[in-house]
Amino acid sequence: MKILMFGWEFPPHITGGLGTACYGLTKGLMNNQQEVIFVVPKAYGDESKDIRLLSASDVNLDMRNTAFSEYWTHLKYIEIDSILVPYADDEEFYRITRNKEHHTAENESVFSKNFKFSGKYGNSLMEEVKRYALIAAQVASEQEHDIIHAHDWLTYEAGISAKAVSGKPLVVHMHATEFDRSGEHVNQTVYDIELRGMQAADRVITVSNLTRNIVIERYGIDPAKVFTVHNAVEYSDISGYHNVERHVKEKVVTFLGRITFQKGPEYFVEAAAKILKRDKNVRFVMAGSGDMLNKMIKRVAQLKIATKFHFTGFLKGEEVDHMFALSDVYVMPSVSEPFGISPLEAMRSNVPVIISKQSGVSEVLHHAIKVDFWDIDALADSIWGLTHYDGLSKMFVSLGKTEVDNMKWDNAAAKVIDVYNTLN
Amino acid sequence: MKSICFYFQVHQPYRLKQYRFFDIGKDHHYYDDYENEFIARRVADKCYLPMNQLLLEAIQEFGSMFKVSFSISGTALDQFEQYTPEVIDSFRRLADTGCVEFMSETYTHSLSALKSKEEFTTQVHKHQQKIMDLFGVKPSTFRNTELIYSDAIGAMVADMGFNTMLTEGAKHILGWKSPNYAYTNAINPKLKLLLKNFQLSDDIAFRFSQQSWPSWPLTTEKFVGWLNEIDEKEEVVNLFMDYETFGEHQWPETGIFEFMRALPERVMSNTNFTFNTPSEVSSHLQPVAPIHVPTPISWADEERDLTAWLGNELQDEAFDKLYELEPLVNKCRDDHQLIKDWEYLQTSDHFYYMCTKWFSDGDVHKYFNPYGTPYDAFVNYMNVLSDFIIRVEESVKNQVKPIAEPKVIKQVVKKKVEVSPKIKYKFVDLLTIPKQKLKNILANMDAETLAFALQNVDNNLKDRVLSSITNKVLSEYEQIVEQTASFNEVQIRNAKRRLLNKLNK
Repeated sequence: MKILMFGWEFPPHITGGLGTACYGLTKGLMNNQQEVIFVVPKAYGDESKDIRLLSASDVNLDMRNTAFSEYWTHLKYIEIDSILVPYADDEEFYRITRNKEHHTAENESVFSKNFKFSGKYGNSLMEEVKRYALIAAQVASEQEHDIIHAHDWLTYEAGISAKAVSGKPLVVHMHATEFDRSGEHVNQTVYDIELRGMQAADRVITVSNLTRNIVIERYGIDPAKVFTVHNAVEYSDISGYHNVERHVKEKVVTFLGRITFQKGPEYFVEAAAKILKRDKNVRFVMAGSGDMLNKMIKRVAQLKIATKFHFTGFLKGEEVDHMFALSDVYVMPSVSEPFGISPLEAMRSNVPVIISKQSGVSEVLHHAIKVDFWDIDALADSIWGLTHYDGLSKMFVSLGKTEVDNMKWDNAAAKVIDVYNTLN
Repeated sequence: MKSICFYFQVHQPYRLKQYRFFDIGKDHHYYDDYENEFIARRVADKCYLPMNQLLLEAIQEFGSMFKVSFSISGTALDQFEQYTPEVIDSFRRLADTGCVEFMSETYTHSLSALKSKEEFTTQVHKHQQKIMDLFGVKPSTFRNTELIYSDAIGAMVADMGFNTMLTEGAKHILGWKSPNYAYTNAINPKLKLLLKNFQLSDDIAFRFSQQSWPSWPLTTEKFVGWLNEIDEKEEVVNLFMDYETFGEHQWPETGIFEFMRALPERVMSNTNFTFNTPSEVSSHLQPVAPIHVPTPISWADEERDLTAWLGNELQDEAFDKLYELEPLVNKCRDDHQLIKDWEYLQTSDHFYYMCTKWFSDGDVHKYFNPYGTPYDAFVNYMNVLSDFIIRVEESVKNQVKPIAEPKVIKQVVKKKVEVSPKIKYKFVDLLTIPKQKLKNILANMDAETLAFALQNVDNNLKDRVLSSITNKVLSEYEQIVEQTASFNEVQIRNAKRRLLNKLNK
């Protein structure tokens, strides 16, 4: 089968788990003898070479084709009120400063245009979503394919337009819903795009049953076309980090992720205070940045635990591996998490994990401690156990490692292929 | 006969470098050497050197008719010795005229007076010794960090043998009283107090260049006119200000140097004021009354209280955690580096950076703050403090252990000899270090850092560096240089520092 896949980002240029998941899945599909054309808004040139990447920036667009005019008017319209910044924090800042933004060079007198995409979330996001859809139609008419697969709402417009042109079945992949990102205060525009994408799709893939339920209950999608395929984790050799020199003698308990409401950082802080009241020989680290960072710093000062509770700011690439290598326990107290790949990365690095029951990943992991995100006592209790009872942590490390090593993208890809097959 | 008493505060903190969680337990050097040197150099050139010269010329012209006084923090003196020794020489020349008084303060411009008499006394004595060593005079007048004062602090100062102390003429403690007299401490009447006339002081220090101020531009005629309006019976006008006012806070273009150059003569010819040092004023004047200050005051902000340094959760946590260590640190008095860090970490500026009062006085705070937010300041300080705590605990533990066998001692001694002092590279050393080493250093440097770091450097150095990087980075570099219209100072400095850090790793 030839799969035309639309993504928004691809390693190494990622802002969240989406890019990592796309990469893993695409490789998995290829290992299962499928052919994948992966389209991203902007290819930087240093992405992995094993996958055929098509950069939307390089597609020539013929404006004389009337099929595009509908999107063109949308585009014009959206440009006016398009201020939406999903991840406006250091991560984004980091990318903006590292990669000079490429703005679209528009020339109204010429009909044929070669679009440049910034390939990241930003102010003109909606505008880019529409532009991407425009390009997608062109790609769909040029590239031969049997199935269209679109990842997350940013690419749904692209998926719909591609389907309109080629008439091939559309599969949309829900990595997160607007309810996960924004709680109850959803962005209506995003919700609408998600809804339209899923309605237009022939199949919807969700990353967990948790997400599947949301899709069915909150979006009213027909359960018969919604399938869960859990994420996996890319195997990588991290043995180089096993011998990282540790300079603090205490056990290190780590929170790593965006410091936002969704990730439940405050429960981690409160649990830390409970532990430190009993035992000073534990250090807590909150790695990441986000809109709740300052609030957390203030809370740590109030609780008078600041010499044992540290903040690192946003960590990138190698620093994340380094952080895992220094950790004895990894905690993910997410309030809502469609899947949550980072505990798998921690386990891969031989770090035992505590995850909230409200995360998709808890559906598949056996060798992790699971607590309700709001249950600070249970969380503190689990941290205490893993930092004080060696037998317990050893067991979690060895069994967890085996478990994670068996969660292969090849298997996940096989399930995705099963979903494709229901369409023929 | 009335007196004008000029006192200038000279202070520079040892600013901390970015210190991350990953450094805790590993890296025991806490200071941003590059930034500290950069600022010391800049302020020396813009303020200390030209203003010292100006004052020296005035003293040479008017002899003992013109006098001023200084309080120079130990951290400022340490940095002058380290980075700009000519500043020390120029202060020495002032000291040699005999028309300049040097006062005592805490060595590291700390808030120790609020926490511990013992620590406070230790630091004051250390500062006194430093002034003796450098300028050959023993200070008899005391001024506390940021003019912080209370009855209890005054009593401690009197116990140390000082007979005069300076503080703020804060409205809420003076009430109807005038700052233009000498007062005494409420507990120990032997300690005389000189109070800052904040109106006239701030006219020079803050309002001088403020164009929205009705009296702008300030001329010596106007200023002398105000002096003459002061009540006949009042005895002294205390003009206390940061020395950095001249050339740094008020730029040369504002005319601040011309103002100060013209002021002595104008005062001498048009008023019946004389210029005196604090100790002269204190010995001439009969104090009029004791003054009661039950809770500490300072010269900062509109409130004249401690809220610039203490009071929010961040500041209190940092301050308490630091001083909790005092009993342990006292067990390690032989460990000189540890004691040095202990004192440098007490510098009040660290707590000032954590201040969250953005609204009324935020501008001033922001100007002096190397951190983006008070939260950043707090996180960085606590990371440093966490490492310091580990060192203190280790040091105490090592002392408790009896030294068992002489063999061990021998080994330690031997080890010490073998350790060669680590060479510290400077930026120009990029010209001379072996090419292979240069290549290694540059191997993981991104083009943007290079583009910034190589701004304003000499061409030989630039060529050498650019010839040591890969073609890919070179082309990115050229692209960035071409696309960037102007390079931001701060980014240039940060980039240079990154490169230097790499070099010194």
